[in-house]
Amino acid sequence: MSIVEQTSVDAPEVGVSEATAGDFLALLKPRVMSLVVFTALVGLVAAPVPLDPILASISVLAIAVGAGASGALNMWYDADIDRVMSRTARRPVPAGRVQPGEALGFGLFLSLLAVLTLGLAANWLAAAVLAFTIFFYAVVYTMWLKRWTPQNIVIGGAAGAFPPVVGWAAATGSLSLESLILFAIIFLWTPPHFWALALFKAGDYGRAGIPMMPNVAGEASTRRQIFAYTLLVAPIGVLPWLLGYVSAGYGLVAAALGAGFIYYAWGVLRMKPSDTAMAPAKQMFGFSLIYLFGIFAAYLVDVVAARVLASGAFL
Amino acid sequence: MATPERDKPVETVELTEKQRKARRNRSVAIAIALAALVVIFYLVTLAKGPGMMNRPL
Repeated sequence: MSIVEQTSVDAPEVGVSEATAGDFLALLKPRVMSLVVFTALVGLVAAPVPLDPILASISVLAIAVGAGASGALNMWYDADIDRVMSRTARRPVPAGRVQPGEALGFGLFLSLLAVLTLGLAANWLAAAVLAFTIFFYAVVYTMWLKRWTPQNIVIGGAAGAFPPVVGWAAATGSLSLESLILFAIIFLWTPPHFWALALFKAGDYGRAGIPMMPNVAGEASTRRQIFAYTLLVAPIGVLPWLLGYVSAGYGLVAAALGAGFIYYAWGVLRMKPSDTAMAPAKQMFGFSLIYLFGIFAAYLVDVVAARVLASGAFL
Repeated sequence: MATPERDKPVETVELTEKQRKARRNRSVAIAIALAALVVIFYLVTLAKGPGMMNRPL
């Protein structure tokens, strides 16, 4: 579907807007943004360089606004399918509180502002990676992959995996293996996370015509793939310790979380086709959020603790 | 005699109470965002130091 068709079909009659600031804030997908802020912060703090607290805070803010802007662009483009899905029908554009053109302008303006601010406050490599992330999410994922292939969230997961790389680049002006491992953790975590959701929301995705894995390959295949990706992400989560970037404390937490993730994925794998409540898939979706937050929190605590110990500040 | 075009009352949009409140809400949010931007760029300039101003003309 082209951009021109999308806007001309969706544009309602011209009128005075009743949108509040809260509606525009909702366009930024605050819950997704909070995860982006957290993972970007970990990337920034984990970098082995001294940080200026003001520039670091402004960099995180710019990354958050950039992530929010890509969310607004996503809501502009996806208003037609958001309207038919129960999970997204109350979003500002499908609900009619914000016009599609307003969401598009808001998203484009904030994208530009976020990239320029990050370039000025940190460096232009970080700004370029942020710009690429916004492009990847809004254009590659939203406009191209999402409606075309069941591998949509596998490839599109890269957009959600970039924030720690942007954070690291903002601190150091470079990319490194450490930040790429953080990228890999989120990248490999995304398919089991979203497919667990897609299993119990398959009806929604089916109505919207989105080719999610359960709708295309079936539930049995999706369950097997969830388990396979979980087997991949669990050892990658422990990798920062194995490579000596963090201590055994992190390694233990990551191993325990990975074992938990595999346990829940095993539950999903063994789920009976007759199970319409899909409790194991719902539990796995909930645990996937705990897993990602736990891994990054452990990384952050480990890095900060190592610095405090090295500086002797506790003595 | 017909009223000249320039003397006719200008047609304006009468806002409903909800629209008026929403517009005020947006205006306040924009004002706060602009003030925050000023502070942010002021802080960036301070944090980057005088070196930021030393560039070839």
